[in-house]
Amino acid sequence: MALPTLSDTSTETTLSARSLVRSFGSRRIVQDVSLQLKRGEVLGLLGHNGAGKSTTMQMLTGCLLPDSGSIEICGIDLLRRPLPAKSHIGYLPETPPLYRELGVNDFLAFAARLRGMKSSAVAEAVSETTRRCGLESVSKKIIGTLSKGYQQRVGIAQAIIHKPDVIVLDEPTVGLDPSQIRDIRNLIRELGDHSSVILSTHLLAEVESVCDRVQIMQHGKLIYDGTTAALASYGGEPNQIEANFIRITEEQP
Amino acid sequence: MIKLLALRELRSLFTTPSTWFILAALQFVFAWFFLARLEAFLQIQPQLAQLANAPGVTAAIAAPVFNTIALLLMMLVPMFTMRLIAEERRNQTLPLLLSAPLSSAHIVLGKFFGLLAFLAILTCGIPLMLYTLALGTALDHGLMLSNLLGLLLLTACYVALGLYISALTSQPVIAAIGALALLVGLWLADISATAEDSPWHALSPLNHFASFNTGLLDSGDIAFFVLFSTAFLLLAMRRIHNNRIYG
Repeated sequence: MALPTLSDTSTETTLSARSLVRSFGSRRIVQDVSLQLKRGEVLGLLGHNGAGKSTTMQMLTGCLLPDSGSIEICGIDLLRRPLPAKSHIGYLPETPPLYRELGVNDFLAFAARLRGMKSSAVAEAVSETTRRCGLESVSKKIIGTLSKGYQQRVGIAQAIIHKPDVIVLDEPTVGLDPSQIRDIRNLIRELGDHSSVILSTHLLAEVESVCDRVQIMQHGKLIYDGTTAALASYGGEPNQIEANFIRITEEQP
Repeated sequence: MIKLLALRELRSLFTTPSTWFILAALQFVFAWFFLARLEAFLQIQPQLAQLANAPGVTAAIAAPVFNTIALLLMMLVPMFTMRLIAEERRNQTLPLLLSAPLSSAHIVLGKFFGLLAFLAILTCGIPLMLYTLALGTALDHGLMLSNLLGLLLLTACYVALGLYISALTSQPVIAAIGALALLVGLWLADISATAEDSPWHALSPLNHFASFNTGLLDSGDIAFFVLFSTAFLLLAMRRIHNNRIYG
């Protein structure tokens, strides 16, 4: 994959969030969550439904303001200087944000311009991204007429088209068939070479195949942080990622 | 960025077939008004010719047509503004804008100018139609221009108000009914207030259009339109910002 190679920044921290707190009404959804992400790292955010994963991701992308805590994207404070910070983010929410009446290419070009890409660079970015996401065969079609799997891929494409430093994917492989899941996992791995990726998922096999590091959330708190390999051998035996995930979440009150 | 969002808005409108149907249907309605006015004028023309200071063809045909259009737009604009933000919310496309490097002002102004441009396209048939009269007679260009300017400012008011109502809800239908109720309410309060100095007259956009309609450029009316639009645009920006606070 011919991507412009970035200078040696493999240890650069692209995203750091400190003690994020967020409540809706009197319900505290996220409490004291801290995340650190380095360039070239893929972080898996695990947890049961309602654990606060999506809320955390919304805060990391500036869609939701935290009650307290701080977020830095590539060293820029997201809360104080949102505009420059956000141009480094690519975000795929739970429901892909697609204008169904637009064509795939038109929509991707719009997404690229929206993130501040120069119009001269857009055409190339669109053709490269459609190729990477396997959208070439549908690039002229109207988004509303595509199947769920293709729509999901367009959703991923809009998140990566501007080559952001931080890519946040909320359940990226939901609704895809097995071969598409494999393609998307390969793509995420590839993205992880140059950018940092956070993804949330319920599929533990996905964590195993793409993530370098895992954090587990429960009731709005981080209860586990470690490498994927460490999670797999958490209880002493190797390759027990699923059993260990259940054990960790059940150990907590 | 504002231009980009405005163009997206226009593009989305023009890729839906129903928009073209609406354009055609409204053009038909506008033409109907125009022809009805023209016919009425031709019937009374012999009597007018005997008067010393008779109203010209522009005042007799164009001004009433513009007045009717202004009233019609009051009902129509909420149908267009309803989807602006409410539909983004319902289709969950708002995160795309919220996570992009855009401020609330960009989002609101992009949508505002996008729809205003569309409505300008929608109504540009009217002056073209009226100018066909120039084939047979001389027109009062000043009166035409003041009407067009007034109509533009009035439409901006309607759009700003509709945009704000649309930002309050995730149901386009509620946004449409809400904006319609407010606009019609302001208008009804205006025409039913009998006192000459009633504050309802001052609050109604349509009342401020009246001076433009007679060819009078009143800076007070222009200031009202600008303030009215700005107030609702600021409220809409505030609402978008609150989206980040309350989710």
